[in-house]
Formats: sequence, C-alpha cells, structure tokens
Amino acid sequence: MTWEPVIGCEIHVHLKTQTKMFCRCATGFGAPENSSTCPVCLAHPGVLPVPNERAIEWTIKLGLALGCDIAPRAVFHRKNYFYPDNPKGYQISQYDEPLCMSGSFLLPGVGGDTEIGIVRAHLEEDAAKNVHMGGGEGRIHGADRTLVDFNRAGMPLVEIVTQPHLRSSEQTKRFLQLLRQTVRELGISDAEMQEGSMRFDVNVSVRPEGSDELRTRTELKNINSFNFAAQGIEREIQRQIAIYEGGGEVVQETLHFVPGQEHAAPLRSKEEAQDYRYLPEPDLVPIEPPAEMVEQARAELGELPSARIRRLETELDFGLAEGLVTSGRDGLYERTPGDRRAVANVVMNELAAAGLDPTEVNGEELGKLVEARDRIPREAFMKALGASGDGDFKAEDYLGEAVIADESELDPVIERILAANDENVAAYRAGKQGLLGFFVGQVMKETGGKADPKVVNTRLRELLDRS
Amino acid sequence: MIDTLRLTAKEANALLTGGELSSDELFAAYRAAIDERDPDLNCFLHVCDESPGAGIPIALKDVIGTKGIPTTAGSKILEGYLPVYDATVTERCQARGLRTIGKTNMDEFAMGSSTENSAFGPTRNPWDPSRVPGGSSGGSTAAVAAGLAPWALGSDTGGSVKQPAALCGVVGLRPTYGTVSRYGIIAFASSLDQVGPVTKTVADCAFLYSVIAGRDPCDTTTVDLPHPVEIPEAEDLRGLRVGVPRELNEAEGIEPGVTESVQAAIELCRELGAEVGECELPRSVEYGLPCYYLIAPSEASSNLARYDGVRFGLRVSPDGIRAMYEETRDEGFGDEPKRRIMLGTYALSAGYYEAYYGQAQKVRTVIRQEFAAALERFDVLVSPTSPTVAFPLGAKTENPLAMYLSDVLAIPPNMAGLPGLSIPCGLSEGLPVGLQLIGPQFSENVLFRAGHALEQALAFDVVPPRLA
Ligand SMILES: [Zn+2]
Repeated sequence: MTWEPVIGCEIHVHLKTQTKMFCRCATGFGAPENSSTCPVCLAHPGVLPVPNERAIEWTIKLGLALGCDIAPRAVFHRKNYFYPDNPKGYQISQYDEPLCMSGSFLLPGVGGDTEIGIVRAHLEEDAAKNVHMGGGEGRIHGADRTLVDFNRAGMPLVEIVTQPHLRSSEQTKRFLQLLRQTVRELGISDAEMQEGSMRFDVNVSVRPEGSDELRTRTELKNINSFNFAAQGIEREIQRQIAIYEGGGEVVQETLHFVPGQEHAAPLRSKEEAQDYRYLPEPDLVPIEPPAEMVEQARAELGELPSARIRRLETELDFGLAEGLVTSGRDGLYERTPGDRRAVANVVMNELAAAGLDPTEVNGEELGKLVEARDRIPREAFMKALGASGDGDFKAEDYLGEAVIADESELDPVIERILAANDENVAAYRAGKQGLLGFFVGQVMKETGGKADPKVVNTRLRELLDRS
Repeated sequence: MIDTLRLTAKEANALLTGGELSSDELFAAYRAAIDERDPDLNCFLHVCDESPGAGIPIALKDVIGTKGIPTTAGSKILEGYLPVYDATVTERCQARGLRTIGKTNMDEFAMGSSTENSAFGPTRNPWDPSRVPGGSSGGSTAAVAAGLAPWALGSDTGGSVKQPAALCGVVGLRPTYGTVSRYGIIAFASSLDQVGPVTKTVADCAFLYSVIAGRDPCDTTTVDLPHPVEIPEAEDLRGLRVGVPRELNEAEGIEPGVTESVQAAIELCRELGAEVGECELPRSVEYGLPCYYLIAPSEASSNLARYDGVRFGLRVSPDGIRAMYEETRDEGFGDEPKRRIMLGTYALSAGYYEAYYGQAQKVRTVIRQEFAAALERFDVLVSPTSPTVAFPLGAKTENPLAMYLSDVLAIPPNMAGLPGLSIPCGLSEGLPVGLQLIGPQFSENVLFRAGHALEQALAFDVVPPRLA
C-alpha cells in the first residue's frame, strides 16, 4: 500500500516590537536575567494589562499576508494553568475570537501552486523561561531547583495554525521557509530560530493514498531548524507507516524532537489533557480594528514572496527562484543587471559563500563583476566579490587592474615561455594536446595571475598550431 | 484636642485652610482616635506613623496598593507584602495632598459581607461592638463611623461598599463601572470591582469621587467622565422621578424595621417634590445573586492564581513544585477564597462553561436591559441597601448562603454596571438602616443631588450614641 502523509503546523513568531505585549518593558535578547521586568509582567497584585497597539497592527498585517479575514471584533482570553513560567497563573491569549481567521497561503512548487489553508493567526504573550538546575535532562521533574527568568514573560507572540494540507516532509520544510521569509519581509519579526523568535510544532499522521480519512496524529514539538523539521517529520512518517503495516495502531502523543536521536522521545508534558478554563479577559476590552486601518494595511502589503517566486520562475528555474526568495537574496538578484542565470548563480552561491549581506551590495557594480566573471582569474573575481559589500565598491577598480587581455602585451610572454620549453612544445605538436594546460599555467604564473585566461588560451593555440 | 467623631472631611479641610490646625495636628488627632478606639474595633490592619502630604487624612481599604506600606487584602498569603508601586487611586489621593493614615480591615480578598473573613480578626461595628460592620469594606466604614478617619476608600464588587456603609450608618458610593481605575487594586472579580468613597456626608462623597474618578491609561476599561462631578447643594427633589422597584423592596428576608425606615424615606422623597412611582425588576432580583455567584468566583479563581509562592507573599516550600503550590495556597487562603476558587474553577471547566459562566453572562445582559428599561421611566431607583441591620458576629459564619443573601439587594445594579449610593436613612432597633439609590451609568451627579437633599431632610446623626 502507498501511504500519504497528512501534516499541519503551528508556528510561533515573536514580534520585534520595542516593548512587551502588555507592559512597557523592553523586548530583546541577551539582557541580564530578570532585568527587563516590571510589576505587570511579574504579575504583582493589582496590575492590569495595556495592549501593545503596534503588535495588534502587525498581527493584522501578517493575517492579511496569510490571506486571512480580519475579525471586526477580536477578544483576548485567559488560558489558565499553573507553572512557574506563567506568573499570573494564566496566559493572555486568544481563543474563539482571534484577530485573523480562514486564510490561505500559496505555496509555489514545481508542479504548480498548493494552497495551504490557515485556520487562524492570533496574538498572545510569551511565557517566562524556566531553568531547571540539577537532576536529569533539564526537566522540572527531578530537578534540584528551578530558576525563572521573566525577561521573556509577556513578549508578543503570534501563533499561526495551518490546516493539515501539507503532504511531505520536504514540502513542509519549503512551506516553513517561505512563511519565515514572508514574516521577515513584513518587518514584524526577525524569525530567528537560533534566538527562539520563531519555533514550530508539527502534527503528523498518515493514511492510505487516495483516502480522505484523518488518522490519529502525533505532535512533534520544539523544532527549531528547517532541517530538523524535515528529518523529524520523515522519521515520524516512516514510524507510523511501519506501525500500520505491522498491524498496529498509532497512539496520540506529543514527541519531543531530539536531533540525531533515532526516535523522538514522548514528552512528559505539562499539558497532558489540560483543561485551560478559558474565560474572556475581563481586564481588556475587545479589539475592534477600524475597517480603514485594515484596508490601508492591505494596500501597503506589496508583492508577497510566493508571488515573487512565480514571477522569477519565468526567467529562472523553480529551484533557483525559490532559493533566491526564501533566502532573501532576490532583491539583490533583481537589482543586478546581466545574464539572469549567471546573476542568480553568483547571488545564490558565490556571494552566499563569501558571507555577504545581500542588502549591502550594489547591484549595478555586481552586474559588471558577473559580466567579467569568465574573463578574469577566479582569485581576482573572488577578491572583487568579497569587497562588493563595501559602500564605495567599484567593479572597475578590480577589473582594470586584474586583467591583461591585450594580445600585444601577452604575446611576448607567451613566446618567451614557448622558447624556454621547446621539448614540451615539440611534444604538444606531436599530439600531446593535454600540455595546453601546462602552458596556460606558466603564462598565469608569469603574469601573476592577471592574464585573461580566455585570451591566453586562444593565443597559445594559435601560436602552437602555427608552425 | 479636636473631636474627630463628628468632623466631616469638608470641615476638617476648613480647619486646615482656615489656619486653625496644621495638617500634622489633624493627622495626630486621628492617630489618637485610632489609638483610643481601634483596639476594640480592629478597623485597621496597618496604621501609618507618618505620611506625606499637606492635607487631611484618608484611610484606604487594604485591597488598595500602597507603595512601601503593607497591603494584604486581609489574607495570610500576602502577610508582610510591600507593594512596589502605588495604585492609581492612591496616587490621585496623594496628588491632592491626602495623607494615608492606615490600611483598613476587610474580608479576605474582599470576599464576604461581614469582615469576619479577614485573616487578621473581624472588625466590630462602632454602633454595637457585638455586631459586624458589614463587608467586605467593613474596616473603612467602621473607621469613618468611629471618627478614626474623616473619610476612606473601599471597594465594591457585590455590595462591599454599599452594604457596610448601610450597616455602619455612613455614606458609601459604588461608582459606575469604568469610572474609577482598578490599577493597583488587588483583583477579586475584574468585571465587577470598583473602588468607592466612604464618607460621613454626600457632599464629601461627591468630592472624594471627583478626586479618584476619570480615565487611567493603566486601566483600559476606564473612561473619562462625561460630565464633571458636581458637589450637591439643592435641598429639594423637584423634577426628580423616583422609582420604587417592587422586588427590591419586598424581597424575602427584609426586616420590618428596615422596610419602615425606607418607606419613610420614600415618603420624604415625595414631600421634597419628587414624583414617586412603582416599577418592577423581576429577573434582576431573582437571578442577580446566582448570576453574581457564577461570574465573581470564576474571575476570582483566575485572579487568585498568581498567589503561588513563586514571586512574592507566602511560600510553603516542601518537595516539588506541585506540593509548593498546594501547601502555599492551602495555608495562605482562608475558607471563603478556597470556596470561591473551587466554585469558579468548576464553573469554567470544559463542558460546564456554557452552562454556567456563559449562561451567567447572558443573564447579565438581561439584567442590564431590565434596569435600562426601568431607568427610562425614572431618574433614580430606591430600595433598602441591605435586608437587615448589622447582625451579631458569628451569626452567619456557619452558613455561607445566609451571608451571601446579605447582598441580595446590592448586587443586581452591580451586575448591570450601574452606580449605587447608600445613605443612612434611619434606625431600626437602634442600628442604622441604609437607603440605596440607583441611577443609570454615569448618573453619579443625580445620585449625589438626591442623596444630599434626603440627607438634609433626614438629619441622621452619624455618630454612634455609645461613642458620643
Ligand atoms: Zn514588564
């Protein structure tokens, strides 16, 4: 039997607002523990939340980019549970009246677009960070003591929930990458997995190909890299298939993904069948985004990454177009004149390898460099490329000095080398064509690598073949 | 030495502005009264030896956050807790020169109607120390009645200012929800909590309300007052339409002496020129109390979750996080908060939410509509504030339901977010009876005007005879 994976995602994105969601504490990483706190985010008696309007605007922006309906009236709810990272004993989140609902995200692919349904996108506050000391595995159970850092408590967080519309680990990875790029381009989050400003959970089940049933799913939690996501999902798909083919049943559980480990470990979760006793947050009035504000945000959206992939695909192949867009290099690609494929390759590969920030590169100058790439020595090209991010970079500074393409300058050098190597010249003329490389090398050595290899090749052949 | 028993806030202030007394001397006079009378009454959980400001003193219910001054909400779980910031109402009082003289006793987390639920012992009624002062703001109302402060602030969720004001023979206002900031007020039931003044006269009440009311950026549920507060002067009720809701005046359990005093006050309204008529609030009175006892405990169960021993307050710390939570909360909370946390937790549970909390919210809308209809025909509705006068200590502590019924008349307008003023309107068996005046949202000026005119005509002596 052929099995079809059914995959859905829950993505958490930290908004990069200046201040937290419900107080005026600064956000940001790396501050000393508990230095970015106040009575509100420490949940002292009597405090009240005041919503961050920027965060609400940004969530609406994101919702529009995900094709969601923006609710004319959205409500904050309290999600009640006890845990040391949850200072109020409840998290302010959204429940049945979120800001953004019923969206659709276009995921371009080789065979065409796939519509990934978005169930909802809502705004909430993040929890504090527990640090479990002593004991095993960094879990609260068995720890000697637990320290809490409240700097993260109350940071604005958007949760995006998709429909189970994804059908492979590879497609899921591509979806997550494109979503991340979309979020970054909106300017609302760094979406850095390393810093935890983007993290995701993935639901996985499998079913016989062609069926539309939804079988028991498992949840992979705490994934913080695209490759881990793909790996973890693939492994889980195979595990479930093996269970069904062995006549077993998949058990609903939450799995904690550990990179490199054969199987994801079942999570001993604080959430086992939790009843969160949601109630409308009585300390906050409902959010009623004015229609004009929503329309203005919609008008300001611009071309989304998914549309851009489709556009670039007409001049490149899909893989290159998608790579450029999801890595955020398409802007430079579009600014750079010249042969599209050559530009795309330089921007995608060599520039990336050189570790350059594409936003700092002048496209016009890079275009000149790409145009000269095959004419100039590789070392010279790489040197120029490495400098292309400098503010005052001029391609001609490198090209002018780099290349000796003038035959009248090269001929004497070539003739001198041929004269000094008459045995090899004879061997070449006797049919050992492979010796051409030897002569090219000698010319390059003599010119300090500055000779135009194309011209050298042509002239060498002409001179060697002449007599 | 100045006699604080009779002194109104306005008179006390006149002594200062007239140069007859300094602010320090006035403060000392009230401190002396506290030292003399509070050992018997237990109105205060904390008394301040000094306090900044150049004006007259004020007593604050211990649910109101005061930076650096112990604030416990009457609970062991917050014993010794020193707030790191001032409540907005505290700041506003200080900005007007008012000096905090102390923090008053209360039912734990404002849950109760007799102040007997305080973890630090009950407050006694200055009219008869064998009786309760009402609650939960019983410390504030008893302190004002006993001349231990010229005025005070209380908080009212389900009658906690109005009912003890009635039982102590003082004036108490529960303002329109949203007119007074809750920032810094230890939350009990957020959609109902409102801070209100406790005073000897309606004019003082209006003035203190003008000090604390108005939008606060720290509390997004607050609004600006649509009109400035007017200090009442009129001594008649001409042109005022006074409604007498049948159910609020004939409810089961209203003592005959209470009815008698209230009926006399209603008659007085007529004599002062008001147009008096009957009206009905059948569902509000029948469902007000049960609805309250779903919504308030539900919100409380969530609001009280932060007392977990992690960041402040009591921590009982045996092995493991779960044990720490359980033992901290078991030891820190008294019976009534525990009872309400359990009620609320149950009402919010999956599968029960719609039947309880959801349904109560719908009923609340019905109550709001019923009051709105009545208040289209009338400017003010009147009723007893409490069905009984002050009852003996211990009389209802074994029967929570009987205690809850003490607020059966005060709760319905609260559920509708309406303002209510309680003024003393007479005595029954030598104990004060309170008259409740209810108006539409933001109608405080009308309530003050009506209350003031009645107060002048009634000439009720606010000094308990045993202290005079
Ligand atoms: Zn903060």
